[in-house]
Amino acid sequence: MSITELNDLTTQVRRDILRMVHKVNSGHPGGSLGCAEFLVALYTEIMNRKEGFDMNGIEEDLFFLSNGHISPVIYSVLARSGYFPIEELNTFRLLDSRLQGHPTTHEGLPGIRIASGSLGQGLSVAIGAAHAKKLNNDSNLVYSLHGDGELQEGQNWEAIMYASAKNVDNIIATVDLNGKQIDGATDDVLNMGSLKAKFEAFDWTVIEVKKGNDISSILEGMTSAKKATGKGKPVCVLLETMMGNGVDFMMHTHAWHGKAPNDKQLESALEQNPETLGDY
Amino acid sequence: MKTYTYTEKKDTRSGFGAGLAELGRTNPNVVALCADLIGSLKMDAFKNENPERFFQVGIAEANMIGIAAGLTIGGKIPFTGTFANFSTGRVYDQIRQSIAYSGKNVKICASHAGLTLGEDGATHQILEDIGLMKMLPGMVVINPCDYNQTKAATIAIAKYKGPVYLRFGRPSVPIFTPKNQTFEIGKAIKLTEGSDVTIAATGHLVWEALEASKELNAKGISAEVLNFHTIKPLDEKALLESVAKTGCIVSAEEHNHLGGLGESIARVLGQNAPAPQEFVATNDTFGESGTPAQLMKKYGLDASSIVEKALKAIRRK
Repeated sequence: MSITELNDLTTQVRRDILRMVHKVNSGHPGGSLGCAEFLVALYTEIMNRKEGFDMNGIEEDLFFLSNGHISPVIYSVLARSGYFPIEELNTFRLLDSRLQGHPTTHEGLPGIRIASGSLGQGLSVAIGAAHAKKLNNDSNLVYSLHGDGELQEGQNWEAIMYASAKNVDNIIATVDLNGKQIDGATDDVLNMGSLKAKFEAFDWTVIEVKKGNDISSILEGMTSAKKATGKGKPVCVLLETMMGNGVDFMMHTHAWHGKAPNDKQLESALEQNPETLGDY
Repeated sequence: MKTYTYTEKKDTRSGFGAGLAELGRTNPNVVALCADLIGSLKMDAFKNENPERFFQVGIAEANMIGIAAGLTIGGKIPFTGTFANFSTGRVYDQIRQSIAYSGKNVKICASHAGLTLGEDGATHQILEDIGLMKMLPGMVVINPCDYNQTKAATIAIAKYKGPVYLRFGRPSVPIFTPKNQTFEIGKAIKLTEGSDVTIAATGHLVWEALEASKELNAKGISAEVLNFHTIKPLDEKALLESVAKTGCIVSAEEHNHLGGLGESIARVLGQNAPAPQEFVATNDTFGESGTPAQLMKKYGLDASSIVEKALKAIRRK
């Protein structure tokens, strides 16, 4: 796709996110909007994906969302990548829906391979899947996405230590560096210092994407990340994003981490993101 | 009365090790993970014969559970190994979300369960693990009684698709079940026929139940001993048939009476056919240091306790 087409798709994904959380007056728009460009670029341009969905994902790249609360964005991107009908976004968080508040395999939603929501577990799972790929002589890659606040969970550091010690070099773990979490700025809640220095100290290859809401920068960064795989080290992408990106009143604040817009706010947010590919 | 004898004693964890080694030779999808307890879990044979399928995770159980969940994506059948305490309570949320809720085909294999790891004391003993695991939707919970049965159970769970908790232990206990038996998940085994009292036992307490039945027989009491190697799913049919005949029951397990086999039995009886039940189990307590035999005696988990509770259950009929 051209950059224009990718941007159009991202705008449509933003509309999906906003409309989904608005309808049920719950969900997490802030982080979802911040990762829209990344997931659009990943699913459209970066990952090697097969038609359809099977759990084992042999001979294709895999993606694991560790920070499951940004379910609206992954649901929208999965639907618009053909994993399930786009109209199903209408059922987000409703009773009997496959689109649970946090992603799950339990309801059989195509595109989801692990439940996430309770934070800090996704990197270990991604490492396991990367091990399985090597055992299966499958040279495809495993991608994962993590919140920056999520790295406060200790299991991550077990996994980070393990991946380099065991040369898990077929994994690209991306950290959404938006600097915010529920209670405020990550620096205020629990300052983690330099994540770059920490990952490097754990012997990972670190690639920084300073403009994590810019499609070209993301593509450039992820292409470098791919090139860095297969060299004995796990690869980390530090993706600097803006929480709430694309909606002026949701940016520069952590207030929209887990809050839905009201009718008026939705109207304003949608005006800022005019329909491109058609609403569900 | 059918009596059981033994010529050899062995630890059930060695049965797990032997079963896992056999799986390594017969099923290329079986992989194993351990958190720095290879020797204690008897995983050496599998590791030495299948180094590419063995993952030493280090002292990081949460990571081990997550990696195991991930390995299933790609068709592997992971067996994790560490002590029962670190296999369950320490990693409950990892098991809950990444394995149980995600429906992953992981076998959580736990040694040193209960009091019988002995001298290390309560930090390493666990008497709550059956309860923790049986509460998880979809989790199968198995606690075999001797070396042969643990080996058979280990092999059987590789064929079953879904999460399983396999519990075994450290002490040497009599081997009295057949070599190369077929292990049927969820099917209780009737070891003795009886008419006065049912003794429903699991794990190390099965042998104690057989010893108790001999003592009871000498007193003219006919005890029916059932081996509930599977706590979940519980063999409700076998339970209800036996209690319909005997009219009372003793449950026996190396576990807290809260959350264990006994409680599962009480629920089934309460819903279907209430009958007097006595519990041979620990009474909402932590363990302590001591030899396994001393601990089992002090906490009332031996044949003489079973006899005492059986007499009480019969009196309550």
